Amino acid sequence: METTPKPETMTAEVHASGLETRDMLLNIGPAHPAMHGIIRIVAKLDGEQIEEADVEIGYLHRGFEKMAEQVDYNGVMPYTDRLNYVSPLINNVGYCMAVEKMLGITVPERCQYVRVIVSEISRITDHLTCVGATAMELGAFTVFLYMIKAREFLWELVEKVTGARLTVSYCRVGGVKGDLPDDFAEPCKKAFAETRKVLEESDQLLTRNRIFTDRMAGTGVISAEDAISYGITGPFLRATGADFDVRKDSPYAVYDRLDFDVPVGTTGDNMDRYLVRMEEMQQSMKIVEQALRDMPPGPVLVNPETGREIPAAEMVDLAKMGDINAFSGGCAVAGPTLEGSGRAHQPSIATDEKRVFLPAKEDAYGNIEGLMNQFKLVMFGHGIRPPNGEVYFPVEGANGELGFYVVSDGAAHAYRVRVRPPCFAIMSALEHMLTGDMIADMIPTFGSVNMIGGELDR
Amino acid sequence: MNNSGMIEAVSAKFADGVLASHVFRGDATVVVRRESLFDVARFVKDDPALSMNFLMDLSAVDYSTFGKGPTPAFFASSGVAVKPSTQIPDEDPWPGPGYVSEKRGADPEEWRFTVVYHFYSTTHKHRLRLVVPLTEDDAEVDTVTSLWAGANWLEREAWDMFGIVFRGHPDPRRILLYAEFEGHPLRKDYPVNKRQPLIGPLN
Amino acid sequence: MAHENSFLTSKLNDAIGWARKYSIFQYPFVTACCGMEYMAAACSHYDVDRFGAGLPRFSPRQADVLFVVGTISHKIAPVLRTIYDQMAEPKWVVAFGVCTCTGGFFDNYATVMGIDTILPVDTYIPGCPPRPEMVLDGLMKLQDKIQLQHSTGQHPTRDPRPDFDV
Repeated sequence: METTPKPETMTAEVHASGLETRDMLLNIGPAHPAMHGIIRIVAKLDGEQIEEADVEIGYLHRGFEKMAEQVDYNGVMPYTDRLNYVSPLINNVGYCMAVEKMLGITVPERCQYVRVIVSEISRITDHLTCVGATAMELGAFTVFLYMIKAREFLWELVEKVTGARLTVSYCRVGGVKGDLPDDFAEPCKKAFAETRKVLEESDQLLTRNRIFTDRMAGTGVISAEDAISYGITGPFLRATGADFDVRKDSPYAVYDRLDFDVPVGTTGDNMDRYLVRMEEMQQSMKIVEQALRDMPPGPVLVNPETGREIPAAEMVDLAKMGDINAFSGGCAVAGPTLEGSGRAHQPSIATDEKRVFLPAKEDAYGNIEGLMNQFKLVMFGHGIRPPNGEVYFPVEGANGELGFYVVSDGAAHAYRVRVRPPCFAIMSALEHMLTGDMIADMIPTFGSVNMIGGELDR
Repeated sequence: MNNSGMIEAVSAKFADGVLASHVFRGDATVVVRRESLFDVARFVKDDPALSMNFLMDLSAVDYSTFGKGPTPAFFASSGVAVKPSTQIPDEDPWPGPGYVSEKRGADPEEWRFTVVYHFYSTTHKHRLRLVVPLTEDDAEVDTVTSLWAGANWLEREAWDMFGIVFRGHPDPRRILLYAEFEGHPLRKDYPVNKRQPLIGPLN
Repeated sequence: MAHENSFLTSKLNDAIGWARKYSIFQYPFVTACCGMEYMAAACSHYDVDRFGAGLPRFSPRQADVLFVVGTISHKIAPVLRTIYDQMAEPKWVVAFGVCTCTGGFFDNYATVMGIDTILPVDTYIPGCPPRPEMVLDGLMKLQDKIQLQHSTGQHPTRDPRPDFDV
């Protein structure tokens, strides 16, 4: 197999009229303002029309799959954040569930609800970014500002839960880092009210806007058959009319208990993708509200009769002195980064499998079993050891089916982690969609792909 | 169709081509001979009972260091495997990467790579995995680009990362790395931080 | 310079430095995750426009601060260097995020271990990704640098580290 590039030459031909016509090669990218992300498109133009487009990717290849073989199972979590960095929580969930499938364990019900809630909040932020950026590239800068404003409200929610805005590393194999904050429904309600307002405003600004619809409708069309042949999933596929959604068709976590609709389009053009994404955000908010209503209640924190709250740092000092009786019945008041992960929370957010999930801080400091358990899990070369095997686990990412294929040889780090990146398939179809369109249509089409470099190039 | 049904359908049609099969953790897997890969792929796509219209993923695994890493076994030494949950079906344990040579002794040579295909059917909502073992010297397999357009880039990536050649591929170029790059980084013998910068020092 | 310390030139340089630091035309070279926080910093919640850096120019020839936002792989490195070379003097470079500062935790075959191995950097903003507050802090540090450089008449000294043939 040779690695020679395609010949990139100008071709001249003599037209029937006797005039010589030349195709023009136009290089777009890798750093182009209208391409939010670094890819390169070499387009062969006949006037304004794209005859051929060669899409070059890989500018953000940073070796995720190689790095995942170097670190232990939980150590991959920060790397998964940076795959699709607009919705990192979905990647976290997908990776964790793949490893859990390999281990053959399940997580408590409340933890599954928590995962659904954070996934759906992430999905909204992803769609907001995609629609906002597309609108900005078509000249609607106001919409972009509005949508980033809404995203900021949602990120504040994410920050309340995870402690970070963007790269959250929230999930753990066998659970999540900590429970939701006590009064999470309240800020959620406020943020969703703001988001709904923004969506309504954006809808009024865009959906019947002549400039916007002229550029979106009828451009970047792909049929359902072609989309399936390219392996396109997610909102992009649903805009063509095919209603494949992993959440409905192979439900994971608790999606089968939640009532939501899967919006589908009809024509498979950019406008339909926009409309599908706008509706999906509404559905995601509906899912979160249902999940918050239905989820089993969390623990009642400190029982004032038996438990005492002790700052975790003080607990460490007491433990070092050997005075574990001083806090035997107490609860650790951890720092904000550990909030919601105490002994009382553990049963509802994590599996009871001690060989997978770290013990609560009270146990790690308070008794020798907990301490050994902690060491066995964090020491280099130890940690989680799934049995030999290979599993594939798909979740519905913001761009489509996000699958993790994990191979284990019984060591403390994965033998191979393969990500099935949803926008890779969409990008491979980009040439097909651009061919025959005008050059200006490249911008909305590329925008609706929602290319995320981290996920595409890994 | 359920997992065993899918495996049976493929095995019945390709008695010689199928080397092994298993259902580890509910993932139906069929190990096929390289020569019959294209026919099996066409069969699973066109057969109305299977109709795998999605090629979800195509990837490869380099098994050359499988199980050879330093393993101060945590679970193994305790003699207890993690207890499988009742919710995850486990009718068939993973036969291990050596399954090809053990069963039927079909491949006398030591094989090193497997190319892994994940299929999904939107009509029947089932999934199937095909695994094709390849030897190191002759890491070649037929392309499936004529069946699924999406295979084009996925096969380019497998070539880029593992050096697996797809015979008849229309556009055999590197995809994620640059043409000047030498070697295939996801092979186990490629050092993780062996850099080949285009400009700048070898940092 | 003979008149370096004279009243007029020093006041003029102050004025130029002041004007320059509040009219930063930035070129955002956005590659990866940090771009999301860059967007957040640029939009209404945090608003870099308050510091006179609100207007991105997507042509290197019209920009004077290069924001390198996100991981630089070996494949994109020559492109980044070309863009830097195309910018007109005076120019400054901000390394936004830990990948551009040191390579971060992507310590493998694909990534450049810090952009200061291929071009000189004026301000480093670490963080993975840096919070918008940190970006604003880095931006103000850059402004101080711009102001100082021109009031003393000194041209920005380039980091001597990159010694190689491009």
